[in-house]
Amino acid sequence: MAGPAAASSSDTFDAAVVIEIAEGLRGLDGPLLPILHAVNDRLGHVDQRAVPLIADILNLSRAEVHGVVGFYHDFRRAPAGRHRVQVCRAEACQAMGGEALASRLEQVFGVPFGQTTVDGRVTLEAVYCLGNCALSPAAMIDGEPVGRATVARIVEGVAR
Amino acid sequence: MIRVFVPGDAAALSVGAEAVAAAIAAEAAARGIAVTFVRTGSRGLFWLEPLVEVDRPGGRVGYGPVTAAEVRSLFDAGFLDGGAHARALGRVEDIPYLARQQRVTFARCGIVDPASLADYEAHGGLKGLRAALAMDPAAIVAAVTESGLRGRGGAGFPTGIKWRTVLEAAGPRKYIVCNADEGDSGTYADRMLLEGDPFLLVEGMAIAGLAVGAGKGFVYIRSEYPHAFRRMQAAIETARAAGLLGPDILGSGRAFEMEARLGAGAYICGEETSLLESLEGRRGQIRFKPPLPAISGLFGRPTVINNLITLATVPAILADGAAAYRDVGTGRSRGTMPIQLAGNVRHGGLVERAFGLTLGEIVEEFGGGTATGRPVRAVQVGGPLGAYWPTDLFDVPFEYEAFAARGGMIGHGGIVVFDDTVDLARQARFAFQFCAIESCGKCTPCRIGAVRGAETMDKIIAGQDRDANLTLVRDLCEVMRDGSLCALGGLTPMPVVSALDHFPEDFDRPAQACAAD
Repeated sequence: MAGPAAASSSDTFDAAVVIEIAEGLRGLDGPLLPILHAVNDRLGHVDQRAVPLIADILNLSRAEVHGVVGFYHDFRRAPAGRHRVQVCRAEACQAMGGEALASRLEQVFGVPFGQTTVDGRVTLEAVYCLGNCALSPAAMIDGEPVGRATVARIVEGVAR
Repeated sequence: MIRVFVPGDAAALSVGAEAVAAAIAAEAAARGIAVTFVRTGSRGLFWLEPLVEVDRPGGRVGYGPVTAAEVRSLFDAGFLDGGAHARALGRVEDIPYLARQQRVTFARCGIVDPASLADYEAHGGLKGLRAALAMDPAAIVAAVTESGLRGRGGAGFPTGIKWRTVLEAAGPRKYIVCNADEGDSGTYADRMLLEGDPFLLVEGMAIAGLAVGAGKGFVYIRSEYPHAFRRMQAAIETARAAGLLGPDILGSGRAFEMEARLGAGAYICGEETSLLESLEGRRGQIRFKPPLPAISGLFGRPTVINNLITLATVPAILADGAAAYRDVGTGRSRGTMPIQLAGNVRHGGLVERAFGLTLGEIVEEFGGGTATGRPVRAVQVGGPLGAYWPTDLFDVPFEYEAFAARGGMIGHGGIVVFDDTVDLARQARFAFQFCAIESCGKCTPCRIGAVRGAETMDKIIAGQDRDANLTLVRDLCEVMRDGSLCALGGLTPMPVVSALDHFPEDFDRPAQACAAD
């Protein structure tokens, strides 16, 4: 998750967008996850101020919506960096030096997993399997997969 | 026009398939050659990706692994006419790794254009659904029962029995839910099918709907698979436009609708009741059973919830008959299993074979040993909750009962290979840590036990009160196994205990200053 500094420096909260998304998707069976995904995608995170708006439209308690936002790894409470670097930390990647890759990436970007670089460029995230286990270690940069990942390939991917 | 096949599968893309396709297009244009591209899924021979194939009179010939920089030399060598080149592999079907397989569920993956329903049908698609439309629901369920198909997600429950329960459950609305939350490390079969043959899942779910009287199906796909999710969404739209989904499937007057849903990064949502909670819009916490989802599942309705591979196997059973499927395999493990070789392995990839070949045959003969060239020391079979086994157990046949008898499981069919640099004490610690990260928090043995387990493993690794702490870990494992509500807490002891039993030397380090002190 991004630090508090990132949250205050780029305020992307827009109540009208949240309401539009929630109204548009409320007719789905079990609409909460699709709504949270859409808010997360459009606004970069699920701001605390979005919670009561969504709760109201779905006739849920704020606690219920808040609990769902907090439960899933994907929903951010604060904006991420411009690039999202997901690195697999699971067994198949461990077998191919994934842990050494992970710690070198922490050094290169200067942040531990789960945080965003000070310049807001990169958010480093641990994931547990990207389904690319035969080409491990595996990573994903802004949704694009990187197989047989190396520090150099990840740095290059972020620079693009 | 010459047809060139380049995978659009995420694994192939991860090693440059897009750049290779672009380079082929540019080079062909520069040389004034007309080429038609087909962006397939992957054949599952990942060490050969990107694997480029060209249509030839005797069958497709392959070149791989190809880099964009090599494309010009491929043209110079006349690869569009099957010319010789350092990357030439000959007829793809003759590559021993493929030739030795028995592909049923993956028969089309890597071959067809996953965006084309016509191509799907031209390669035998929809035969199963057409057969099912001519049968009454009980007969479809009977065929699935007779095939011996068991749930491919890991638990191995007989699919026909689950379906019959839903068929016999009263209710105006029933659901089919496909579990495509493939979270286990070392598994990628669901992802490959979603990307390489998505209409197969549409067909399988429609058959399931006909069998139990369900009008709607949901596919729950994990968010780590964005390519697969987009492909499946597109396939559903195409199927609907073609009348394969909707109020009148294939003109039969029967209705079936489908929707793809995205998970949100929670391993526990691969557990069936957590998945249902998540689909309903709640935290993915597990539900007590009973009631079974077959009686009271999604939105409280009778629900078939099956793993993706299970549903994708049903069309072949209906098309070719239950007996054809049942007649391969061994013991109570009938049919074929898509085995996924991963980790430190030379020839990582998908191997679909009838149950019964030994673990050693898979790792040594298909896998070719480790990628690093060092000796194999351990394999973890069945995902993060599966056992770590030494090579001494390589003679165990790959099937449900034989694995269970030796304290392991085949799970979703993933095999992760480790060389002799692996430290099993650290792997055992990771098992607890993973459980701590991914626990839904509902039951105490899992929520607290995982955290205490990781702490105790830290002490063991530091050589602190070794014997007492090992006793404590085994005791904790027993509590978690017997007291957890679902497989996450209940099976986390499997990797831990197997590591302790088979690799005791890794837990016997000299005492060090413990970071926790």
